Amino acid sequence: MSAFLLTETPIDPTSFSADLRRDEAGGYCSFEGWVRNHSDGQAVLGLDYQAYPALAETEALAVLREAEARFDIVAASCIHRTGSLVIGDMAVWIGVSAAHRDAAFTACRFVIDEIKKRVPIWKRERYADGHSEWIACHEVTENS
Amino acid sequence: MMLARPEMPRLTLEYFASLRDEAGCAQEQIESTAPSLSALYDELSQRHGFSLPATRLRVAVNAAFAPWDQSPRDGDHVVFIPPVSGG
Repeated sequence: MSAFLLTETPIDPTSFSADLRRDEAGGYCSFEGWVRNHSDGQAVLGLDYQAYPALAETEALAVLREAEARFDIVAASCIHRTGSLVIGDMAVWIGVSAAHRDAAFTACRFVIDEIKKRVPIWKRERYADGHSEWIACHEVTENS
Repeated sequence: MMLARPEMPRLTLEYFASLRDEAGCAQEQIESTAPSLSALYDELSQRHGFSLPATRLRVAVNAAFAPWDQSPRDGDHVVFIPPVSGG
């Protein structure tokens, strides 16, 4: 039902969004996260992503299953990049189909928020001034 | 003559993000008598100079989150999980 993919190559959501298209779905909502050129007032040239694939897959699938249990949706999927990305590249894609739009929007928001909080993926920002830094955003909590 | 020597658990450690940079490697195999995963992190912190305190990390053994007081066992694959920043 739900699908998660980590990929080292540019994200192409075509087949994933096609899989969300079902006769019982009245609509579909997606979110794309892109690499932007600034962070906290610093000029950014790009991002490097690392993931711990075995655990990332388990956690991401748990998030998608939770979304399916909590909201009245048909299906949810996620694709996340790893490797070196430049400005404008798609870093993450979420797609959710549902009978009605409200659940699709809410579940899509839930999935991106939880992916950011829980899934073992890390980004390093490469700045225009030459330095780079791993971003330690969300401590993964026991009950997440 | 066979020497009765206690077996040292052999562990595979995999590092990500800042821990990988500080360790200077993505993976290493070590032998350790650390009685718990938290003692193991202390031991490795001393060796590699990790800047993140254990309180900001979680630990996974064989691709599942594990409690810090768990004893590392021979053959375990151990990963310390720094605060995440996907998306």
